[in-house]
Parts: sequence; structure tokens; C-alpha cells
Amino acid sequence: MNVIQLHHDLTRIWNNEPGWRGVFSSVSHTTLGKRFMITAAVFFGIGGVLAMLIRAQLATPASAFTGPEVYGQIFTMHGSIMMFLFAIPMLEGFAIYLLPKILGARDLAYPRLTALGWWCYLFGGTIMLLALLGGVAPDAGWFLYPPLSGKEFTPGVNSDVWLLGITFVEISALAAAIEITVTILKFRAANMSLTKMPILAWYLLATAGMMIFGFPPLILGSILLEVERAFGWPFFQPELGGSPLLWQHLFWLFGHPEVYIIFLPAAGALSTIIPVMARTPLIGYGAIVTAVMALAFLSFGLWVHHMFTTGIPHMALGFFSAASVLVAIPTAVQIFAWIGTMWAGRPKFTLPMYYIVGFFVVFVLGGLTGVMLAIVPFDQQVHDTAFVTAHLHYVLVGGFVFPMLAAAYYWMPHVTGRTRVMRVGIAAFWLIFIGFNLTFLQMHLTGLLGMPRRVYTYPVEAGWTLLNLTSSVGAFMQAFGFGLFALDIALQRRLGKPTRRDPWEAETLEWAMPTPPPQYNFASLPTVSSREPLSDNRRIGVDLAAGKGLLGRAIGGRRETLAVDIVTGAPEHVAILPGSSLTPLFTALVFGGFFMSMLLGIYWLAPVFIVGAAVMIWRWVATTGTTHDPGPVDAGNGYYLPTGFAIRGSVGYWGSVLAVAASGTLFASLVFGYFFLWVVAPNWPPPGAFGAYLLEPIIVTAGALLAVVAARLGLRNFDRSRSGAIAAAAGSALAIAGLLAGAIRHLPEPTFHAFAATGWALTGFAVFSCAVGALAQLFVHRRIASGHVIAQRPHELRTAAVWSDYGVGVAVVVAWLLGLSGAAL
Amino acid sequence: MRVADLWWWMLGGSAILSALVFILLLIALRRRGAADNRQPGRTRVWIGWLGLVMPVGVLMVLLAFALWVGQRNLPVGPAAQTVQVTAFNYGWEFCYEDGSCSQGVLRIPAGQPVDLDITATDVIHSLWIPRLAGKMDAIPGQVNRLRIEADAPGTFEAVCAEYCGVGHADHRFVVEAYAAGAPAGRTEAAE
Ligand code: HEM
Ligand SMILES: [Cu+2]
Ligand SMILES: [Cu+2]
Repeated sequence: MNVIQLHHDLTRIWNNEPGWRGVFSSVSHTTLGKRFMITAAVFFGIGGVLAMLIRAQLATPASAFTGPEVYGQIFTMHGSIMMFLFAIPMLEGFAIYLLPKILGARDLAYPRLTALGWWCYLFGGTIMLLALLGGVAPDAGWFLYPPLSGKEFTPGVNSDVWLLGITFVEISALAAAIEITVTILKFRAANMSLTKMPILAWYLLATAGMMIFGFPPLILGSILLEVERAFGWPFFQPELGGSPLLWQHLFWLFGHPEVYIIFLPAAGALSTIIPVMARTPLIGYGAIVTAVMALAFLSFGLWVHHMFTTGIPHMALGFFSAASVLVAIPTAVQIFAWIGTMWAGRPKFTLPMYYIVGFFVVFVLGGLTGVMLAIVPFDQQVHDTAFVTAHLHYVLVGGFVFPMLAAAYYWMPHVTGRTRVMRVGIAAFWLIFIGFNLTFLQMHLTGLLGMPRRVYTYPVEAGWTLLNLTSSVGAFMQAFGFGLFALDIALQRRLGKPTRRDPWEAETLEWAMPTPPPQYNFASLPTVSSREPLSDNRRIGVDLAAGKGLLGRAIGGRRETLAVDIVTGAPEHVAILPGSSLTPLFTALVFGGFFMSMLLGIYWLAPVFIVGAAVMIWRWVATTGTTHDPGPVDAGNGYYLPTGFAIRGSVGYWGSVLAVAASGTLFASLVFGYFFLWVVAPNWPPPGAFGAYLLEPIIVTAGALLAVVAARLGLRNFDRSRSGAIAAAAGSALAIAGLLAGAIRHLPEPTFHAFAATGWALTGFAVFSCAVGALAQLFVHRRIASGHVIAQRPHELRTAAVWSDYGVGVAVVVAWLLGLSGAAL
Repeated sequence: MRVADLWWWMLGGSAILSALVFILLLIALRRRGAADNRQPGRTRVWIGWLGLVMPVGVLMVLLAFALWVGQRNLPVGPAAQTVQVTAFNYGWEFCYEDGSCSQGVLRIPAGQPVDLDITATDVIHSLWIPRLAGKMDAIPGQVNRLRIEADAPGTFEAVCAEYCGVGHADHRFVVEAYAAGAPAGRTEAAE
């Protein structure tokens, strides 16, 4: 086979469309990964400028630089930008760019979803920035506690900007999380079993899993608070049976895992880079994987350590304190595994190593103050002081920024194909490292001396002047360091000399491709037999480029990559991916229309955009699949594999399962909220008499049974599938009718009391879930008619059943919950 | 007082632990390692002993100590007095058992335990008298109890610790502890 011809064909198939159109229609993970990272870097710069404004204001006591109104916006936006618009998107970009490359695949599982995620991020971030420029930015702190963020105390749009803008960005995070998970599970090199995955893939798998379960509580909280602000449903108002603490629980149920979501990918980068620099394999692969999974799991049980001063009983605090302390253990396992690896090898002191040492110093100190903060009596003293500000920057900058700087230098030769030019990077390191510690080390003391956080000024007599002044000097030093870093990267891109492939003698597959990488990554796909494919065969990159691997050929314009068995990595099918498309952009615009109409208070317009979104998503999925599949294809190396169209466990199926898991988490959080208010909030039970009702729950149950049974019949026997789909949709519709009838006939107005508000919220959520299920069934009904779904390609029936089963399941729970609650009230 | 002890112990422990990590790191960077690190012994030392056993030991001791300190700080026995505290934008009101109230100044007898029943009328605030006790949030619709005790007569600065809007930085009050025997402690402060 002609290698040059293969390269040309693959380039034609995988490249973005030329010109401006390509900017809008690209779905390539390489392009979008870079876009994510560059956009996140820009937001880091903006967040950094805001940090400089804070430090300028606090440099001297009684400073007249800004007033309290502006200061409130500045620190809120600094925190929100750094967490939501810098850290999360940066790690997404990192994963999106790298993941298929380290796994030996050509793209992610849902290329168009990647693009949708980036557009959502861009639009949500832009809303936040415009608000900042317009002087109406959020100003209630990055955790936006009500009642301060509620309508009464923040009558302007400030809080709406946060709730809507951040939720918009969050959609992109959830999309990325689902995509990352499915990609790791399905798109790997041939024979790359789970235990042969590069360690970074494990870290990203844990991160993505945490996002799937961690983000829904915040999304729910944001929806509830926005609905309270827009329509007066009193979820968080104690006079009407709400509770401000509900927000705190939902926020920190997300907020604590968030910290590990940010840390784990960075730790994954360290686990990748350190062994390469030390020229020896990482010790304790299995122990590290276990530690990472333990961390991911444990971190969901700690959120109350952010609420030690809210009056929760001491024994309960003790439990969360112990759990918080325990997370130090999996972290210690990793720290010592890294040091042990360096101990065993012979570390090269390259530029990434500087930042890695910086990481060790800063992060270890941050971890130790973290353990201190987990101790209840100590936390009750330093909570909400500058001590906490210092701690959180030690862990976030130490645990994320330093490793990412190391990663930037490590992978820049991959992205640009060039080496770095000068020793600028070392100067930048010292400025950042010294500047950082000068800013934040003594800030621990400032906090211990009693300076609260989030104050725009402080009196001279307090005696914090010198401490604050030096902090500000350090901050500006650090800013120069980051400026120098940016300069260094720009110089490398422009002036660096081209490198050879694999300049570090690394172990992972991303170095088995030309640099900068072609859009198709590998001309043919690798087969691995160990965790270190490059050590096994240093010429693997050349072999793959010569077409000696799998799928080293072009069929028409088809974008192909290999899908494997989840556990063993045995080749399973050939996945066929969609090419460039404008659909993601348009879909994001429709979502944006929804968020803007909510933000501007044009509420009648919002439902129009919801319908629009449904239409867009329908058309989106309608372009997948095929009506003509010639059957198993030659994948090379003697493999004859079916295509993804004819497979039961297709990526679409797994994605739906994960989306349902995320949605189920949101639902569980809402049910938790209902009981939380019932048990904890003041002014319960609501005034008036409520009885149980059974008729509507029975109707809902009947609809649910119909939907579940009909979908099963269709799955068993393809001849019945068309009528099965219709019957399942009808069952879902019956459930919707029962839900609405129950709410209308038995629930008071939602503005009357938090009981009614949560009841309506539950109903609304169930109706929405059933509607999605019904649409899924109507969709397969169409697909059977159009010939996409046939007896040999039945998998969309399974996927639709996931959605409709879930919808009616939610409906049954909600119907009985509300139907019986009345009796207990 | 005991919280301060806790801090010094934790600071000392942290200093030792970070010194341990940094010294190991330094040696690891300096020494020229052996070629083969796949012997199980290494993993057992680094991950088993240093990564697992050492932190478990340290943390168990710390937790036990902290729980003990925490329990000792909990209110035991009845308080000499209970004061109703209401925080609002931007002030503090204190109502005493005799029905009188004061704003901006909390008067308590020295040498006696006093319970504060803390709530808020608008947004969340947090009551913090650094030299007397840890923080306790003032949350609308909820009453949180905090026990304080001033060892000797004197004045103590207090601040709001939870961000409550534009007036947050100046949302302060003072505590005046009067000698417990002195009659009608509140009149003397009216000057
Ligand atoms: C680049 C250097 C940075 C400097 C000089 C800096 C400085 C500051 C300062 C002075 C505050 C305000 C503390 C107060 O309210 O009293 C603050 C708050 C905060 N920073 Fe940073 N920061 C930096 C980087 C970061 C990064 C990288 C992150 C996260 C990834 C971050 C996250 C936060 C958060 C979450 C807050 C709390 C905001 C709030 O109170 O609502 N910062 N920072
Ligand atoms: Cu936390
Ligand atoms: Cu306040």
C-alpha cells in the first residue's frame, strides 16, 4: 500500500473544512482541545487581573481604590472565573486533546459533542464577561449563598448572570465528562486491557466519573435558585418553609468533589511525567489506581466540612471531620509513590522538573493546612478568614497550576513540534514560585490574626498592614512570572527549532505520532502488549505511519477508529464517527437563546427555545446511523470486525446510560432537598390540611407499566417493535397526564410554601423526563420506518428503552411520593 | 485556649511531616538511583509504610485529640445567662434575660459562662469574637447556640465573618465583660 497516498486520504477525511467554515464546523479533538486550553488560559489571565485588583485594594489599609460594591464583584468574579472558566475547562481541554492520543484512537466518542461543549463554554463565559464589563457581575461570593444572592437582597441581574452563565458552562462539563468516560471505556488500542491503560487514563476516568455525579447537585441548586429569583418559588426562604442551608448542602455536595476534579487530572499529568523524567517506571501502578478511586469515592462524603459553623451538632461534625482527614491517605500514597519513583531512577532536571518540585513544596503545605481545617474546633476559629484564602490557593495553585505548567512544558513539543528557545522558562518559574509564596505564606498568619476574607478594607489599628503589603508585592511578582511564561510559550511556538519525534523518550502512545499531530493522529492504529508500548518498540511510531497497524486504509470519506471490549481491550468493532458539522454551533446558539431570554426576563420566549432545543437534538441524532451497512469489514492484521451500527453496546448506548446516571443524580438531589426541607426547615408543616391521594399515582403507575412492557416486547421481537415504540410513548404520555393531574388537583400554588414549590419542581422534573422518554420512543418509531433500525441493527431500541424506562421510573417515584406525603404532613 | 494548643501541636506536626517529605524529595532528586525499581520491597516501603501506615498513625492521634478538644469546648452545665443575638444589615442587637436590649455592644459578666442564641433577620452573617470563641453563623429562620466565657473583665472586638453585602467589612461590635459582682453592669457602659 502506498504510504503517501494513505496520508493524503486520511488528511482529506479528517481535516477541518477550509477557511472560516472550518472554524465553525470543526469537531476535531485536537482543534477543540487546543481551543479549550487557549480559552481557559485567557480566562486565567482575566481572573489574574482581577486578583491584582484585589491585591492593589488590600495593599494598604483604608484604601480608596475601589468601593465595597465593585470589590464584591471583583472577588466573586475572580473566584468564579478561576474555578468554572479556568480550571474545569482547562482540564477538559487537556483531556480532550490528549485522551485519544494516549489511548491510540483517532478521536473521542462523540466529536460533535466536543464542539457543542466548547461553544457552550464560550457563550456562557462571554455572558459572564459582558456582565463584568457592564458592572452587573455576580457579587455574592463564588458560592453565592442565598438569601444574599436572592431577589430581595440582590434585585439586579447579578446573581442571574452567575446562575445561568455557570449552568451553561456546566452543560459543557457534563458533556465532556460523559464523552471522556465512554472514550476510555471503548476507544483504546487493540489489546489495551484496563490494567494496561496508561495511568493518566485512570485519573481521567475517575475525574469524569466524579463530574457525572458531582455536577448535577450544583445544576439543580442553580435551577432552584433561578426559579426562586424569577418566579418566587421559596426554596431557600425560611419564612415560607425554605432553608438557606439547602443551598449550602447542594453547593458543597458539588464543591468539595470539585476540588478533586481539578486536582486529579493534574496528578495524572505528574504520574505521567515523573517516571519519564526519572527514567524508570512508576512504582505502585495498582496502588495508585486504588488510591485514585478511593479519593474519588471518599470526596463525596466530606462536603459538610465547609459548613462547620452552621450549627450542625458536634457529633455529626465529628463524622465529617474524620472523613475529611482520611482523604489525606490516598493523597499521601501518591506523593510517596512519586518520590519513590524519583528515588529509584535518575531524574533529569529539565524545565518540567522545576515546576514539579514547585508542586511538591506548595501542594504538601496546602495539604497539611487542609488537614488542620478538617479539625472542627480549629476550623471554627479560622473559617472565613485569610487563613482559608491561603489554604485554598496552596492546594489549587499547588495542585493544579504548577502541575499544569509542568505539563505545558512537557507537551508543548507535541503540540507545536518545536523545542523551547531560551531559559526564560526558568526565570518565570522562580518569579512564580517566590511570588506565590510571598503572597500566600504569611496570609496564613494574617488570618490567624483575625482578618476575615472578602473584606474590601481593614483598619490601621488591626496591625495587618505589613502582612498585606508584602502579599501584594508577591502577587505582582507572580503576575510577572505568568507573563513571562506566556511569552516563553509564544516564543517557542514561533521560533523554536523543530524537534524529533518523542524528545523525552516517553512511554505513552501520543509520542508514537508525528508532531505536530495530524488530525487523524495515527495513520494506522496500534496494538499494545504492555503498559509501555514505546519501550517495547521504539520504532512503533514509524511502523504505524507506514500503515502496519489496524485500519490503515481509507474507505470513502468515512472517519473510522477502533472500539474494543471494555475489560480486555480485544478489538470489538469499527466505530464510524461523524465529520465536520455546524449542528453543534446552532444547537449551542439555541441553548444560548434560552439562557438569554431567562437572563433578560423574557420568560415567554424561553419555552420556544426549549422546543427549539428538542428539534435540534432530534435532528442531531437523526444524522447518526445508517440504512446501509455492508457488514464486517477488514480492519487489518487479520481482524474482520462489524461496524458500530450493528453492535449492541454501541457508544450511543453507553452515553445514554451515563447521561441517565447524571440525571438520576440530579433527581436524587431533588428528593434529598424535599426531605431536607421537610425535616430541617422552619415553618413546616405548611398551613392547611392535605390528604393522601391515590388515583393519580395509580394512573402514573399504569402508564409506566405500559411503557416498560411495550418497550420490552419490542426488544424481544422485532416485528412488534414499531407498535411497541408507539405504545411506550403512549404510556409515557399517560404518566405525564397523571403527574399533571395530581399536581393541579392537589398541590397549592408553588409560591405558597416550599412544600408546594418542591412538589411542583418534582412534578416538572418527572414530566420533563417522561417527555424525553416519549420523544426517544417516537424517534425509534421513525427510525424503523426509515430503515435505520432493522432486525440486524436493533440497538437504538435498547437506547430508547433506557430513556423511556428512566422517565417513567422517575414519574412513579414522584407520583407516589407526592400522593402519600399529604397524609404525613 | 485549648484551640491555641491544638494549633501549636498541629503546626509542629506539620513542620515535621513537611520536613520529612522535602528531605526525601531532595535526596531522591540528588541520588543516582539504581536501575531496577520493580522489586516489591520498594513499593512496600514507599507506599505501604510511608504512604499508608505513617499517615494513618498520625491522623488517628490527631483525630482523637481533636475530638477530645471539641467535646471539652461544648457547653456543659447551665449558663449563667442566655442572650438573644440578632444580626442584620448592618448591626447587631443583643436582648438580655431582663428584657433589656442593646445594639453594637454585648455586655456579659466576666468569669461566667454565657449562651448566645444567634439568629439573623435578612441574610447570613457569622458571629466571631476571636479571643472568646470560634464562629457561629447567624442564619435567618434558625437559632444557633454558642457558649462564650470571658475570663476577666475587659473589651473584646467582634466581627461578622460571613460575607453579607456591601457593609460586611464594617459589620462589627464589641463585647464588654464586666466584673460579675458589679451591680447593673449595663449602666456603666452607657457613658
Ligand atoms: C494567580 C494568582 C492568584 C492570586 C494573586 C489570587 C489572589 C486572591 C485573593 C487576594 C483573593 C481574595 C481573598 C479575599 O476575599 O479576602 C482570592 C480569592 C479566591 N481565589 Fe485567588 N488568586 C490567584 C489564583 C487563583 C487560582 C488559580 C484559583 C483557582 C483555581 C483561585 C481561586 C480563588 C477563589 C475560589 C477565591 C475565593 C473567592 C471568593 O471568596 O468568593 N485563585 N484570590
Ligand atoms: Cu472541601
Ligand atoms: Cu454581616
